[in-house]
Amino acid sequence: MSEQGHHPAPLSPVERRVAALEALLTERGLVPEGFIDEITRRYESEIGPLNGAKVVARAWADPGYRERLLADGTAAIAELGFGGPEGDHMVVVENTPAVHNVIVCTLCSCYPWPVLGLPPAWYKDPPYRARMVREPRALLAEMGCPLPGDVEIRVWDSSAEVRYLVLPQRPPGTEGMAEAELAGLVTRDSMIGVARL
Amino acid sequence: MDGIHDLGGRQGFGAVDHSPAEPAFPGRWQATARALMQIVAGAVEASGGEFRHAIERMDPGHYLTSSYYEHWLTGAATLAVEHGLVTHAELEARAGGRFPLSGPALAPGVADAGPGVGAPRFAAGDRVRVRDWHPPGHTRCPGYVRGKAGTVVRLDGTYSLPDVEAHGTARRHEPTYSVRFAAADLWHDGQHGVSVHVDLWDSYLEPA
Repeated sequence: MSEQGHHPAPLSPVERRVAALEALLTERGLVPEGFIDEITRRYESEIGPLNGAKVVARAWADPGYRERLLADGTAAIAELGFGGPEGDHMVVVENTPAVHNVIVCTLCSCYPWPVLGLPPAWYKDPPYRARMVREPRALLAEMGCPLPGDVEIRVWDSSAEVRYLVLPQRPPGTEGMAEAELAGLVTRDSMIGVARL
Repeated sequence: MDGIHDLGGRQGFGAVDHSPAEPAFPGRWQATARALMQIVAGAVEASGGEFRHAIERMDPGHYLTSSYYEHWLTGAATLAVEHGLVTHAELEARAGGRFPLSGPALAPGVADAGPGVGAPRFAAGDRVRVRDWHPPGHTRCPGYVRGKAGTVVRLDGTYSLPDVEAHGTARRHEPTYSVRFAAADLWHDGQHGVSVHVDLWDSYLEPA
């Protein structure tokens, strides 16, 4: 083994703090065996934007589902088997040629986990949280999503119990595509509202 | 509290460090920090409000210069110390150095939250104004909408008021609303054709 005989990298101060809290809680019997690995595995492999992409593709392919999704996001998303913490009260906001929606959480990092997974670092960092409610048109352009001046922008600050999902516009030229193929077109950023397809 | 976490509309921040995709956790310690917060919050039966407030009470300089999962670690350790699971001295001894915790809550716990609010006071289309006040404890009313007028666009369910639940075992339930604000009503440089929607509890609002 090439690693044999190497010393592991020294822990950074924050890593030492994590290890300290983990050790103390473990000694008090508060950390169930395998719990940390299980939580990590779940968020790394089961929950992510592929779930949201399936919801969007179904809405594009099935007008009845789209109606139900816009009327009661939580129930319609549950039809596809998705739900749980940070997804108990879902509202889906639809992009149209005239209206663009984008989601943010200025106070912390609220995000619809069951359909998008854990939020990306930039969504949780101060620049996005500070700027999206104040200068969304400029920030969207900066992030690679310039919008025509006549497109209305609706920003949704997730400050209470509702979590939002943006329903992006179906791209032109996709009329013949099957649902699974459509889902492959849907990006995480389009469901946050910082990209158009 | 008018804490550093209340970032909406603050100026001077630069570009968003945007990446189109990334792993769920950048490394092992971040995943562990996340799991530890879940463990501590469960062990001390912390409400969502108490969990968030434990992070909001971080020293502002520390908050702005540390990553998201360091916030979770600091919040988890703070709750663990405040609820007697561990001591600050034990944490520092085990970490072999400083272990900064969040500051104390500025607001006392509420013993009696009073009766909840049953029927919503407002309906979709109503004009409302956000109370212009500065509660010393936890709140989910962002600073940038205080004193501002907007329009109710949606009634959501009745939920536990974070301002109360963050500070003890008392609970008060109130209707919540999504309120639309024209950007021009929020900012002197508010952009044309922009609206910002904020989800607010009943007691944050008064008729406009």
